[in-house]
Amino acid sequence: MEIQLRDPKKIMKLSKLGSFHQSKLSFLRSFLKEFKDWKYNRDLFDLDENGFGRAVYSFSKDRRVYSLVCFANKISDDERSDRVIATKWDAAFVLHDGVPAKKDIDRLSNNVPKQEVGRMSYKELTLSRANKSVRIFKHVVESLANGKQPDKEKLSKVGYLYRTTAVYGSGKFGLADRFRIKNRDEIYGPFRLEMMLVYLVRQFTFDQANHIARHKNPKKAVELDNEICRNLGIGNSTGLGMAPFIVNHPALLNNWILARETALKKIREIKKIDKNESKIFVNCLKKSLKNVTSWTTDSDFQKKKIKYLITDLNKFINFLEKEFSFEKDFAFNEIYQWCEKKLGDECIEYVVSMMMEPYDDIINPLLSSMSVDEDKYFTIPTNKSISDLRDILETRYSAILKIDFTKKDSNQNFWFISKNKEEPRLADRYLDKGSELEQPLAIARDICKLYARITNQKNKLKIGKFLIENNDLRHVVRRAFITDKFPYAEIQDNTIGSNLMPIDMLRLKLSFFGALKFDPRSDKWLRINMFQGAPLPNDLKSFDDYWVYNSLN
Amino acid sequence: MKSFSEIDTAVKRATKGVGFSWGISEEVGKNIRLLEMFGLPGLKNLNQYYKIFKEKKFQNLSLVSKENSSKIPYCPIIAGTSFLDQINNIEELGEIKFENLSFPILFIPFISRASEIIGKRIFLTIDEKEFLLNFNQSIYSNYLSGDILEKGDQIKIKFIDNKNMFSEKEWEELYKLSEDTFVEETDKLKQSAAGAGLTDND
Repeated sequence: MEIQLRDPKKIMKLSKLGSFHQSKLSFLRSFLKEFKDWKYNRDLFDLDENGFGRAVYSFSKDRRVYSLVCFANKISDDERSDRVIATKWDAAFVLHDGVPAKKDIDRLSNNVPKQEVGRMSYKELTLSRANKSVRIFKHVVESLANGKQPDKEKLSKVGYLYRTTAVYGSGKFGLADRFRIKNRDEIYGPFRLEMMLVYLVRQFTFDQANHIARHKNPKKAVELDNEICRNLGIGNSTGLGMAPFIVNHPALLNNWILARETALKKIREIKKIDKNESKIFVNCLKKSLKNVTSWTTDSDFQKKKIKYLITDLNKFINFLEKEFSFEKDFAFNEIYQWCEKKLGDECIEYVVSMMMEPYDDIINPLLSSMSVDEDKYFTIPTNKSISDLRDILETRYSAILKIDFTKKDSNQNFWFISKNKEEPRLADRYLDKGSELEQPLAIARDICKLYARITNQKNKLKIGKFLIENNDLRHVVRRAFITDKFPYAEIQDNTIGSNLMPIDMLRLKLSFFGALKFDPRSDKWLRINMFQGAPLPNDLKSFDDYWVYNSLN
Repeated sequence: MKSFSEIDTAVKRATKGVGFSWGISEEVGKNIRLLEMFGLPGLKNLNQYYKIFKEKKFQNLSLVSKENSSKIPYCPIIAGTSFLDQINNIEELGEIKFENLSFPILFIPFISRASEIIGKRIFLTIDEKEFLLNFNQSIYSNYLSGDILEKGDQIKIKFIDNKNMFSEKEWEELYKLSEDTFVEETDKLKQSAAGAGLTDND
């Protein structure tokens, strides 16, 4: 039986994309899988009794070494902010390509703590900073110094000791350009070096807490229990800076979604599900409930989503236990069809993620298809005709062409780059200044303009000639031809409308990262947890691939 | 050192900032990145061009023909974009001339990218400076000073037919050496080593 890929017009709606969950395709899981055979080492740990100083951690294999260089700094409570406007952080990190010499570390110590205003070199790959979750960190240190393990309940409410507030890569602030390292097999998957940085930072947070506790009370202090460590991740505060990424990288977005859709299609096409496969699916599903029921947030938007998810999951488990048999042919297809009829998007996408769990043979080959050389698709095929362009717009953008941009509501917002932090922001076109400097992220509006502009053009007219008088729409002409090659490249929604939920864009990206427990703090930023439940670096060689469902929290 | 990614982003924004469309700005971002990667002074020339862009007048060349001349210097960005967009039509013109092109270094990456599109090398001369554009993979040139070039009086573009850079004799000599890796076949091997059947009448 051949199953069709799901329709991009449905999947690429923001409300659908904002319902995606982590899966076996997620970058932090594929990172651990790739690096499980690498040698982990703590190369330098030079902190004072208060935990301030430098540390270096590395992963190495054959002649390749990646080193995380950490700088822990003293900051006052009033300087601690998760917002991107902050200028000081509890700790700053950089992933260095190779073994850093002392002069590298000295150079980095003058730049890494400054983050956006510092300068890195082509020898550095990713850059980040993080703040302590002050109450939790203090509680952990005090407990350990008194010879006790910290209160697990307190820990479970937060889930991490530190929160990163940005992770930069790909040439920012002088970091290495992607092309310098793109031929390395181990980092072919997207964001692999960002994942490595976050993973090693997690270990630093445990080591720092242990170190401070030991200096506070050398005779009595105990080390943080490994089981507790495993159940702590790294928090992350993410704002709008991340949202335009998925608009600015259409071919890459396509490859992420296409991998997910291809996995689902192949799983639905399996005729016989063996007992072990169904057991893995059901086990993961049941164990994962703990991740949902322990998912706390103050956001009414997210609380509602979690409530529906729990209700739907209970309905689904009830169906599995009472009405369903994996003995049937094409059992996963039947499950999927039942979900489509009975469940909301949040739960459908949750079940889709779970379906991938038993199938390494389907998922692993897809991991390498989740990157793309975007430059290959940059040049506009100007020998194509208006007829070709019209066909693309009418087939790929049919939902978008229905949006009425003569309405004020449809144009409510505009995206801009802030002068002080050079980061993307969203503002109200009718209340805020600056819309004349709008970024080219209103794709739906500009596609509609393009469609109107070609209405009276001759079908045979070549794009090269059309562009002579229409270069103001060149950016969407380029996009249309990219979207023609990549069906899941374009968000099928209005990214400037009054009902836009930017958080959906953030969540889509973070679900591919592998984030858990999305905690929106407004419609424009959220907190998440990464690597909660993940093996510690010393356990990597024999780690359980289903670790994401092992969290005790 | 600025990364190529930073150069691309800053150039794109600067180009929009001086008044070009976003689509053109994307092209220029990629182009300056390309020039810098090839070791040519892209950012330097662009910066100088944008310093005078709003004060001076530049001619926009929309439709490229065999001979293009203007009393007002051509804008290299619009001329380059037109060249790139129309490359499939203008290739048949054989040789193309431009007179009075401002900041011609900024024109080069458009030609380099056009070379990749048509799958032919392009030979470009800017007055006495020569550039061989190889399918957007490399640029071979006698222009090594890295200086700002504010104007090109005579620009010539020649499409080079795909042909080998060696003679048939040189090929044969080299091929003979390659034959030293072959095994002389016996009659038995001729019959059996290829793996096919002895007759194909089935």
